[in-house]
Amino acid sequence: MYVAWRDLRFARGRFALIGAVVALITLLVGFLSGLTGGLAAQNVSGVLALPGDRLVLHPVDGASATFADSTIEADTVAAWRAAPGVDTVTPVGITQTRAEGPGASTAVALFGLDAGTAFAAPRRDDEVDLSAGAAKALGAAVGDDVSIAGSSYRVAAIGGDEWYSHTPVVALSTAAWTTLAQRVGGTGQPTVLAVTGSPAWDSVAADTGTTASTPLASLTALSTFRSEIGSLALMIAMLFGVSALVVGAFFTVWTMQRSADIAVLKALGASTPALVRDALGQASVVLILGVGVGIGLTALLGAVAGGTLPFVLSPLTTLAPAAVMIALGLLGAAVSLRTVTSSDPLTALGSTR
Amino acid sequence: MILLDDVTLTYPDGDARVTAVDRVTLEGRPGIVTGITGPSGSGKSSLLALAATLIRPDSGRVIVAGTDATRLSASGATALRRDRIGIVFQQPQLLPALTAREQVRVMAELGGSGRRERRSMVRSRVDELLDAVGLGAVADRRPAHLSGGQRQRVAIARALAHEPRVLLVDEPTSALDSARGTEIMALLSRLTRERETATLLVTHDLVHAHALDEMVEVVDGRAALVTSRTR
Repeated sequence: MYVAWRDLRFARGRFALIGAVVALITLLVGFLSGLTGGLAAQNVSGVLALPGDRLVLHPVDGASATFADSTIEADTVAAWRAAPGVDTVTPVGITQTRAEGPGASTAVALFGLDAGTAFAAPRRDDEVDLSAGAAKALGAAVGDDVSIAGSSYRVAAIGGDEWYSHTPVVALSTAAWTTLAQRVGGTGQPTVLAVTGSPAWDSVAADTGTTASTPLASLTALSTFRSEIGSLALMIAMLFGVSALVVGAFFTVWTMQRSADIAVLKALGASTPALVRDALGQASVVLILGVGVGIGLTALLGAVAGGTLPFVLSPLTTLAPAAVMIALGLLGAAVSLRTVTSSDPLTALGSTR
Repeated sequence: MILLDDVTLTYPDGDARVTAVDRVTLEGRPGIVTGITGPSGSGKSSLLALAATLIRPDSGRVIVAGTDATRLSASGATALRRDRIGIVFQQPQLLPALTAREQVRVMAELGGSGRRERRSMVRSRVDELLDAVGLGAVADRRPAHLSGGQRQRVAIARALAHEPRVLLVDEPTSALDSARGTEIMALLSRLTRERETATLLVTHDLVHAHALDEMVEVVDGRAALVTSRTR
C-alpha cells in the first residue's frame, strides 16, 4: 500500500470524486433498502407474527393461493387438527374495513383469532386489541371505544406494530370477527390456519386441497407485497450493478493511466502480488470511505424521514447493502487488475515518459 | 559480478528472425564502469535488457552475482532484480506522487520475501543516499518540482537504495545538457567505486567516455572491447 496511499494523497481530487459517487449510490441503495424494509413491514408484519410453523391457505378454483381469496372450511380445519404430528391449529380470519376511533377513522385489517396464542387477541367478543399503528391512526387509548362496521368495541390493549397490506392490524375474538366479516360481505370463515408441529406437511396439504408454507414463503400469496417488493428489489439490484460498473470503469482508467508507473515498478523488482495488493487496497480505501459516508447519510436521512415514511433502519437495510456495495465495487475494480498483471517491465527501458 | 556468457538474442520479424545480440560475452566487475557504445539499433539496449533479466536470451547464460538468471522463472528473475540489480532508466521514470525521499524508499516496498530486512536496510540508507547524490535539501519535493538533473540523481539514488551488486544504466545523459551530463557521469563513476557495484552503462555519447573504465562497442549485435583502463 506504500504507493497506493501516496497516490490517494496526490490525486485526492479524483479519488474524492469517485468516493462521492460511491457515497451517493450507497445513499440511494441504503434509502431504497430502508424504504423497502419499511414498506415490507407495513405489508406483512401481521402475517409474520401469526403463531404457526406453517400457514395454510386454500386456493380457489385451481389458482395460486392468496390471502385475499382463501377461505378455510370447517372440515378442513378438522382434518388439519386430526393430522398426525400437528400440535396446534389456530384458525385466523383476515379482512379489511374501516374503523372509527375517538380521534379519527382509518382503514384497518381485522384479524380474528382466539386469545392465548403468541398473537395478542382479546378474550371478550366486545373488545379489540389495537396495534400501535391502529391506536395512533384512530387516536385511541386503552379503555376507549372504537366503532367497526356499526359495532362498538372497547380497546382492551395496545400491542405491537403489526400491519397487513399497509393497514394497521386490529385483533378481535373469532366470534366477533365472524360477525363483522359477514357484515362487510365475507363468508365469515377463517382465511388461514396457523399450524404448529411436524406433520407430513405436503401430504396433509394435498389431502385437504390446501397449501402449507412457512410464514416467510407465504408472503408471495400477498399480491401487493410481491409487486411492490419486486419493483424495489429490481431498483436496488440495478443500483448495485451501476455501482460495480462505475467503480470498475474508474479504476480501469486510473490503472491504465498508471500503466507506465507499473512497468517501472515491475522493472525495479516489484512482485505482481504486491502490485495487485496495492491496487485492491486502494480500491478498498475508496469504497470503504465512500460507502461509510453513504451509510452515514442514509442513517441520518432515515432517522429524519422515519417519522413520515415507512423506513426501517437496521443492519439488514444498512450494513448488508454496504457489504454488497463494497464486494461488488471490488469486483469491478478487479477488472483493472488485468493492466497490472499484463504490464511489461521491458517497456520501462527506452520509454521517454 | 555480472557475466553475459555467449548470449544470443533474436527477435521475430515477419516470417524471419533478426539477430539483435550475436554470441556476446561481456563481464561487469565490482567498482568498474563498463560502457556499452555503438550506433543506434546495434543491440546496446537489448544487451542491457538481457543483463536486467527483463528478457531471456535464445542461448547463452546471464550470471548475476553468482545466479544463472536464465534458469529462473519470471518471478525468480523479478526477485533477482529486486535484490541484486539497480536500474537507472534513460528517463528518470520517477513516480509522480512520490517525493524524492519516497522514490528511494519505494525500493523497500516492492513485496516478495525478506521484506522486513530490506525495509530496515533501505530506510536507514535513504538520507545518506540523497546526500550522496547532492539532494538532501530537496528530499521532500516531488518530481514536478525537480530539475532534469535532479530527477536523474534521484533515479540513481533509487537504483542504489537496496545495495545492488549490479548497476545497469541506460543513456543517463541523453536528456541533459553537457554540464549536467558530466556531473551525472562523474557521480556514477564515484558511486560505482565507493559502493563496489558492477556498472554497465549504455551510452552513445562519447563526450563522457572519460568517465568509463572500460568501453565495449557493439556493432550489428556483436561486441568488442575497445578500451580498458581498469584500476
